[in-house]
Amino acid sequence: MTRSACLRLGLALVTALCPALLAAAPPAQKVVILATTTSTQDSGLLDELVPAFEKETGYMVKTIAVGSGQAIAMGKRGEADVLLVHSPDAEKALMTDGAGVNRRLVMHNDFILVGPAADPAGLAKLGAVACFQRIAATGSLFLSRGDNSGTHAQELKLWKAAGITLEGKTWYQQTGQGMGQTLAIAAEKKAYTLADRGTYLALKKKLGLPILHEGDPALRNVYHVIEVNSTRFPKVNAAGGRAFADFMVSKAVQTRIKDFGIALYGSPLFFADAGLPE
Amino acid sequence: MSAPLLEVRELTVHRGRTPVLDIPSLRVGQGEVLALIGPNGAGKSTLLLTLAALLKPTAGTLMFHGEVLDSEAKRQAFRRRVTMVFQDPLLFDTTVRENIASGLRLHGVAAEERQQRVEATAAQFGIAGLLDRSARHLSGGEAQRTALARAFALRPELLLLDEPFSALDPPTRGGLLEDLGRILADTGTSALLATHDQAEASRLANRLAVMRGGRILQAGALQQVMNHPEDPFVAAFVGMETLLQCTVSAAVEGVLTLALAGHELIAVGEANVGDPILVGIRPEHVTLSLQTDKTSSARNQLPGTVTKVIPWGPFHRVELDCGFDLSTWVTPQSLAELALAPGRPVVAAFKATAVHVVRKGPQGG
Amino acid sequence: MDLIWEGLRKALELLVGLDPEVLGITLLSLKVSGLATLISVVLGLGLAVAVALNEFPGKRLVIALMNTGMGLPPVVVGLFVTILLWRNGPLGFLGILYTPAAIILAQAVIATPIIAGLGLAALQHLPPELRLQILSLGATRRQLVWLLLREARLPLLAAVMAGFGGVISEVGASIMVGGNLKGSTRVLTTATVMESSRGNFEVAFALSFILLVLAFSVNALLTHLQQSRRPR
Repeated sequence: MTRSACLRLGLALVTALCPALLAAAPPAQKVVILATTTSTQDSGLLDELVPAFEKETGYMVKTIAVGSGQAIAMGKRGEADVLLVHSPDAEKALMTDGAGVNRRLVMHNDFILVGPAADPAGLAKLGAVACFQRIAATGSLFLSRGDNSGTHAQELKLWKAAGITLEGKTWYQQTGQGMGQTLAIAAEKKAYTLADRGTYLALKKKLGLPILHEGDPALRNVYHVIEVNSTRFPKVNAAGGRAFADFMVSKAVQTRIKDFGIALYGSPLFFADAGLPE
Repeated sequence: MSAPLLEVRELTVHRGRTPVLDIPSLRVGQGEVLALIGPNGAGKSTLLLTLAALLKPTAGTLMFHGEVLDSEAKRQAFRRRVTMVFQDPLLFDTTVRENIASGLRLHGVAAEERQQRVEATAAQFGIAGLLDRSARHLSGGEAQRTALARAFALRPELLLLDEPFSALDPPTRGGLLEDLGRILADTGTSALLATHDQAEASRLANRLAVMRGGRILQAGALQQVMNHPEDPFVAAFVGMETLLQCTVSAAVEGVLTLALAGHELIAVGEANVGDPILVGIRPEHVTLSLQTDKTSSARNQLPGTVTKVIPWGPFHRVELDCGFDLSTWVTPQSLAELALAPGRPVVAAFKATAVHVVRKGPQGG
Repeated sequence: MDLIWEGLRKALELLVGLDPEVLGITLLSLKVSGLATLISVVLGLGLAVAVALNEFPGKRLVIALMNTGMGLPPVVVGLFVTILLWRNGPLGFLGILYTPAAIILAQAVIATPIIAGLGLAALQHLPPELRLQILSLGATRRQLVWLLLREARLPLLAAVMAGFGGVISEVGASIMVGGNLKGSTRVLTTATVMESSRGNFEVAFALSFILLVLAFSVNALLTHLQQSRRPR
């Protein structure tokens, strides 16, 4: 191949690839960075709501789906405009710290305890805390997400309430992964795990892990929207964050949340709570 | 008088702190073929690289047509008129044609002339039939012919050859040496050839310089250096195997009588009676017979005994004890006719002109 | 096994049906990793040539650093680039976090040392006297560089392949600096991670199958170029 042919090939490549760069940056005030938990993305709820919001307001949402821990950390550094998270204690700390403003209740789903159908620890009919004590007592394999997510935080709270210390326990293993993967691993290893109902329902068919405990008030998984304080972080898109938070608690959206999942799974994934007392 | 083609003055090259080259002066004239001979590590390659402006000397001046090459631009321009060929052919991974054309491309020679020159040069080197072959699939000789053609296609004013034949087998080397000698003569190209083989040097060169330890020990016309080495090392390196330390016992009209271990040698030269003198005798100038031949023109006829017979390529090397060590070459026929074997008494004969005065004065001074 | 057949079937369905989303993700992966590789070729080969052709104090250190850089974990690069690009970070004014440009940047950081390191090895593998031979044929500095690169083209192409293969298949940096945004920064690897986290293993498998085919085709194309450029 001659030099000129090489040059032509290179030029063709550059012209073909440049649009990727040029299409990169819409104006900043039109972009809303939403830091949220993987559960909202994995359940498919945001795939439905975000495009509707973008269409309605003209904002472009960048949904960064990470663990609640990371989402709240992004808020704390002013790297997001609005948070949709479910880790109440960390949320409260964020509010006290002053990085977040205007925390509003959006919805809840609930956590459920799932495990192998044979139920070797014999959890049926026990309360949530008693279930955890029993798992520890029988040394049954339990999988934790271990990723500082809201689910992980909830699980740790339950262990604490049950008075169990986890250090050095071989039956307690951390996957360090999202809910869907943790459920898949639990199914594979016939282990117990704590899951959010939304993700569980979406995957139920493939898992073969029955619900062993549900309904305890301690297992509610409550989502709030929090706007990031634009006084502290001047680069935060306050108007965009506020618009998204307002959108999430609006009547129309609350109805969509209430109905989301019925068509697909036969039961709703989330319970709309906006405006209700905590 | 016009300036020599290439001239160096007070050239030194250091590697780290070690001096590897120290050349007070060297000239290459127009049309001259100068052979640099010396053992490995003598500094031949370093000298060639310096002369090719590929290696910056530690100190010294390089002049081309009398003009000092004192800037990178001048050195660059110089490299377009002087080309080096290495021991390894260093061909590009493409066809023979493209290889020969590569230098011309670098010089920006137009396509038409380039093609014409490539074909003409390839024909000169007998590789016209290989033009469209991949350079990967050439024999050693073909590859070196291609490398030489690549250099010659540039019509350099001076060609620097760094042992270009040493990796080749003898017949291939012989053929290429012959062709190269003819092409150098036909084109009148000046050349500098580094080699450790005095036979190669004598086939191509008209001047000879012997190097050792980064210095030129002796430089001069080929025959002059070959036959009149000024130094025992040079003598050994140009093939003067027998070196004898004698005393001048008589000097009459340019004919010397030398005393050595109870023998007398007749030599041609000028010296004072009573002086110590070092002489050398090339083995090919010594002939053997079974008895003294009074009719021979050889003034020196010395009886001796064969001590060793060593097969040496097409010849045999015979070592003698004549009261001192002497060596010579004989053909297999002579070996058989004279029944040469250790212990055999013979007469070694050589002319007075074959005894070359290497140095006057005591040995090892 | 079911999952594998299901995945293959799904992959074919998505490809044959020219599913616009999958097509978009595939094209974006190609563009982003292609451009990142191109940038890395320019920077990496530039660095390789500079180091190969020059003697300078600390050269060994530079080479050691280049070789270390070849093994940079993508997540480490992702983390650093994210921190740099945060809007409150030192490069925040660029405003490119969570855009394809950020992925290109991170991938270029990953691929540059790979191409530089392998490129340097390729150049150093040439006979040391070749450089002198080329200069002695009257080459200028630029001609010298061009001829050396041409002589080392086979291993250099391998270096480019390694760089491209490294970035098109990495996920850690892409997900961190890109955010896996639908229609904007969702590339094959991040989409695969997300789909498997959603439990959609068939789709995840289909995407990884496409990734494999893509990586294979690009390498096959480059290998073909390499072979056809070799004279008989």
